[in-house]
Amino acid sequence: MSHTIALAGNPNTGKSTLFNLLTGLKQHTGNWPGKTVVRAEGELKTDNHIYQVIDLPGTYSLYSNSADEEVARDFIIFEKPDITLVVVDATSLDRNLNLALQVFEMTSNAILCINLIDEARRKGIHIDKEELSRQLGIPVILISAREKIGIIQLLKTIDQMIDGKIQTHPFQVQYADEVEQKIHELQPKIQAIFGDSLPSRWLSLRLLDGDKQLLEALKAYIRDPNFVHSQQQLVKGDCCHGA
Amino acid sequence: MIEGKPIYQYQVGDQLQITSIKLKNVMRRRLLDLGFVPGVTIEVVQKSPLGDPVAFKVFHTTIALRKEESSLIYAKKMNREVI
Repeated sequence: MSHTIALAGNPNTGKSTLFNLLTGLKQHTGNWPGKTVVRAEGELKTDNHIYQVIDLPGTYSLYSNSADEEVARDFIIFEKPDITLVVVDATSLDRNLNLALQVFEMTSNAILCINLIDEARRKGIHIDKEELSRQLGIPVILISAREKIGIIQLLKTIDQMIDGKIQTHPFQVQYADEVEQKIHELQPKIQAIFGDSLPSRWLSLRLLDGDKQLLEALKAYIRDPNFVHSQQQLVKGDCCHGA
Repeated sequence: MIEGKPIYQYQVGDQLQITSIKLKNVMRRRLLDLGFVPGVTIEVVQKSPLGDPVAFKVFHTTIALRKEESSLIYAKKMNREVI
């Protein structure tokens, strides 16, 4: 049986370089942001498993401000990859971890891949991965997709997570009391409708935020849980990028 | 009372600390995602010949904003010695 792995991350963090390395494909990579307009798929074989790897568009956020954020978000929420690799740039963690925290609200099957570690070392940046892993509650792997550093460790961690040998407890952002109170009221109702098939805390937050686009996606999901695939064909060539 | 003044009113080279963001809805969300978050330090990098847009450095990335948005982001100037 094949499992799915999604690559999520900010633009220009080396997601496509990692994707090509994992799948042996030659998706075009280059040093400018916003190349992955629609998602690309490839296959990865490890000693124990076969994976479908999906390279999501690079985004700063998953709040659906644009078509590419929507593609990335809908994939994680509705297609529920077995593992989401959050690829971040080791030289600007402060900016990149915003998206990681958003992913943690959507799924607990996440691995933090800190890429460009060679560049960070050259710049004298030291990353305490054990401490970061402890605080974030998920595995943290230091890699350089370009220099092929840390990839074996990454593959091992992916296999261990699929085999159920790794327990994750991703860090959850706590909001103001008023917001938490509302989440507390909404969450049981959402759970009653969707069970564990969709992340109820995240859905509560999106509903409180008045995300109408998400409501439409939910309606489509209730009608047909496989709607994302057909919908994404339409997205092709219609994505926007940039600030 | 709003602390500080709109970020486009500062000079190139000024280091600013964001105090508040008066934008609403999607644009607010977008700018928060790009790093314009209260408490964060930004720098005025460059101004267009006519003063609009203005480029700011936020978390190692340069982002240009039109006055439409930058007039609704407030900041105070930081003391260079403190940084």
